[in-house]
Amino acid sequence: MNAPNASGWRPEMGSADAADQVTASGDRALMLEEPLIFELAAPGTTGVDFDPPAASPLTSLGKFLRKDPLALPGLSEPETVRHYTRLSRQNYAIDLGPFPLGSCTMKHNPRLNEKVARLPGFADLHPLSPQQAVPGALEVINQLAFWLIELTGMHGVAMSPKAGAHGELCGVLCIKAALQARGDDRKVMLVPESAHGTNPATAAFAGFAIENIPANAEGRVDLAALLARLGPDVAGVMITNPNTCGLFERDMKAISDAVHAAGGYVYCDGANFNAIVGKVRPGDLGIDAMHINLHKTFSTPHGGGGPGSGPVVLSKALSPFGPLPYTVREADGSVRLVEEEDGASEHPQGFGRMAAFHGQMGMFTRALAYILSHGADGLRQVAEDAVLNANYVLRSLDGELDAPFGASGPCMHEALFSDAGLADGFSTLDIAKGLIDEGFHPMTVYFPLVVHGAMLVEPTETESKAGLDRFIASLRSLAQRAKQGDPALKSAPHFAPRRRLDETQAARKPVLVWKGDQPA
Amino acid sequence: MRYLPLTAENRAEMLEQIGAATVDDLFVDVPVEARLAGPIAGLPNHASEMAVERHMAALAGKNVSAGSVPFFLGAGAYRHHVPASVDHLIQRGEFLTAYTPYQPEIAQGTLQVLFEFQTQVARLLGTEIANASMYDGSTAAWEAVAMAGRVTKRSKAVLCSGLHPHYVSTIRTMAKFTGDTIEWAAPRLEAEPDTAGVIAAIDAETACVVVQYPDILGRVTDLAAIAEAAHAQGALLVAVVTEPVALGLIEAPGNLGADIVVGEGQSLGVGLQFGGPYLGLFGCREKFVRQMPGRLCGETVDAEGRRGFVLTLSTREQHIRREKATSNICTNAGLCALAFSIHMTLLGGEGLGQLARVSHARAQQAATRLAKAPGVSVLNSAYVNEFTVVLPSDARDAVRRMADRQVLGGVSLGRLYPDAPELANGLLVCTSELTTDADIEALGSALEGVLA
Repeated sequence: MNAPNASGWRPEMGSADAADQVTASGDRALMLEEPLIFELAAPGTTGVDFDPPAASPLTSLGKFLRKDPLALPGLSEPETVRHYTRLSRQNYAIDLGPFPLGSCTMKHNPRLNEKVARLPGFADLHPLSPQQAVPGALEVINQLAFWLIELTGMHGVAMSPKAGAHGELCGVLCIKAALQARGDDRKVMLVPESAHGTNPATAAFAGFAIENIPANAEGRVDLAALLARLGPDVAGVMITNPNTCGLFERDMKAISDAVHAAGGYVYCDGANFNAIVGKVRPGDLGIDAMHINLHKTFSTPHGGGGPGSGPVVLSKALSPFGPLPYTVREADGSVRLVEEEDGASEHPQGFGRMAAFHGQMGMFTRALAYILSHGADGLRQVAEDAVLNANYVLRSLDGELDAPFGASGPCMHEALFSDAGLADGFSTLDIAKGLIDEGFHPMTVYFPLVVHGAMLVEPTETESKAGLDRFIASLRSLAQRAKQGDPALKSAPHFAPRRRLDETQAARKPVLVWKGDQPA
Repeated sequence: MRYLPLTAENRAEMLEQIGAATVDDLFVDVPVEARLAGPIAGLPNHASEMAVERHMAALAGKNVSAGSVPFFLGAGAYRHHVPASVDHLIQRGEFLTAYTPYQPEIAQGTLQVLFEFQTQVARLLGTEIANASMYDGSTAAWEAVAMAGRVTKRSKAVLCSGLHPHYVSTIRTMAKFTGDTIEWAAPRLEAEPDTAGVIAAIDAETACVVVQYPDILGRVTDLAAIAEAAHAQGALLVAVVTEPVALGLIEAPGNLGADIVVGEGQSLGVGLQFGGPYLGLFGCREKFVRQMPGRLCGETVDAEGRRGFVLTLSTREQHIRREKATSNICTNAGLCALAFSIHMTLLGGEGLGQLARVSHARAQQAATRLAKAPGVSVLNSAYVNEFTVVLPSDARDAVRRMADRQVLGGVSLGRLYPDAPELANGLLVCTSELTTDADIEALGSALEGVLA
């Protein structure tokens, strides 16, 4: 692997001075620029045909009617297809190569899941259809709920949260409701400093005072510091396990037991569940609430930033406080949806709703298809291969990149490196942008905050060994260039659709909408 | 195991490179008592693609899909035709399998779409700016109330009685976190919304008034009058649009004085999907930009001076601000925003107007037909494509019995307001460009049949 991708296409290949050549169009072969839709057409046209009914008087709306037509262009189908196809080619994606963003679990998105989610019997159902018309949909929610409960060893699950952070809110509200139910006004939430940024944001939104718990030298929660802080004012702890340094919290059960003994609850951020699915059940570790990102562990597509889905599994202590709606399986085997009509009598301590309707059904069908495909044995293999791939990356870069907790033993599903040893003036950012030129998406950078210049690599189980070897070869090359101080690396990326973008200008004078048709 | 590329030989080779004897050596930090010895008992093992497809298709086959019967449900989720190119384009792997565009040099496709989306949404809602989307309409309404509290430094929200009850419940959940006061009462079966009542509830403590437009009963509220009253007290008007197609016909809330406009964008491009994933729309005045929740995409230039787009103002967001963030949200509804944006690009303002007109004409036709049914009356004096009829008996029962006749005839108010028996005879009926003459006759006959 001396010359990875040596045969690959590069935009400046051909002649030595190709980079200086200018084309009349501004495009370069398959590197295509694309204007905004507002620059492609003017308002007044449409690319959709309608079947108008025989008569269509605008009765009764007189004073409410729009004064001016909506000033948006309508493009024909060929123009529309071309616009979005050209734009799509300016994106990196899992379908193109490894996407090793730590704590994001960018695994392959199986296409069977897309197919089943689009069956009219799922995709074309109204959420308020009478229950007699949607028994199969309620069955999907209930079957997925069953799997999530079994895989986590928990008591119940709230399916409606729309994303991981929304699930955190749900879990923290369950804790708040449980405390209120016993007349306890605890105000402090303990959050380890290696926590995801959403954890303190969530607890603060819920009205808790945040207190940080430091990490110890090996990258785990400082157990002694945590135990010392527990007391009658502590509502609970929000902990990520495996943690954001890619390590399993060995003392998890001891932490849970101590928090419970002090009258608090344990929230676990389940973003890293992929490392332990089928191997360890959080319920066995004393967790009270944990959100599960279906778009991470259970393969539903990230879609360029959502939609996510964040069901929250709950312990027996917190289950009575979960939100509406939920499903129950009746004695005759049918599944019933419990919402406002029955909630008051059947779920009197529930705190209400997280959102309209029943949750991210389109993600439930995909996640259930994924879980059934892997089964109990396959999910266990998922965790093992994810952890194996991460350790392979970690150990293959021994001596090339500094691994601050490399001596702590094996990592879980992500490998953590720091910027120690890079030449003066060279940083994690340069390695990340260099990876772009190498044809890879960068890893998560500058997170977790406990490591200087952190680089968090999560390969996931869906990368082949050959693919990992190519990635490792590129990262090794970049590490050497950064140690030697190669100036070309400072200005990377050179081969992407754009060079480094000016984020300061974007924030100083925000331009958030197009105003090209308005007087300056 | 078709999703796992590693072979047994690969695994052995990699373990050797790592210096571990077995894969369990990599789980050494998990206490022995917490480790499962093998696959979890009682669960099935892996299954072939065809077996899974058969299982899922059987479940799908038990449901009555909206397109298979005369269909008249709305109440916050709307069925419109989605052009075939929309679903084709959102399934391009470069969109479908990309992450949040944190590396803008290789995410210009997603970012330019978001910039176009923000422009489309702002113009649709009549606001100066819009964000890159939120989870759905109900959580966008929650975020709007929270934002109004930050802007005004007040903590009371007045919700109009015509706000979708699920949105009311969602906002009340938020108030359990923040301690805000939420004022709301169930609607009355009257032809016009209670504008005077809303105005009377606004006082010097009020952070915002939240008005759905058109409201849950399909009525159209005089937003300008409420905006004036709210502003006179230093409060903000938050308008909630659950059916954006209506804005093809009626004036945009931002043009009527609304300070924040949120909406459910599902009715364009996204589809019904049994309630999610949907698409939260969020627009507001530019002066509030730093109090806004959610992701924002902004225009900038790259090192060679070429136009490009980045996520911006992330100093409001949780991954930078942690406990001081404007919201804990760390995702949007990217793919649903793409679907909405493509559908809107095909429609344009002209097409949205036509879509709204056809949907409205079908509603008038349905209202005329239902008014002929004995004992049935149409409530609304004005509506776009959804209206309320009052039946002589409980509408929950009528809905169930129409479903027995293979007609999905609407949403009963009893399901939405189980605590308000005075609303039990109300039925919400919604139409769209997909509604046919035959559908409307089937609805009329089914309703007459179940009421007979």
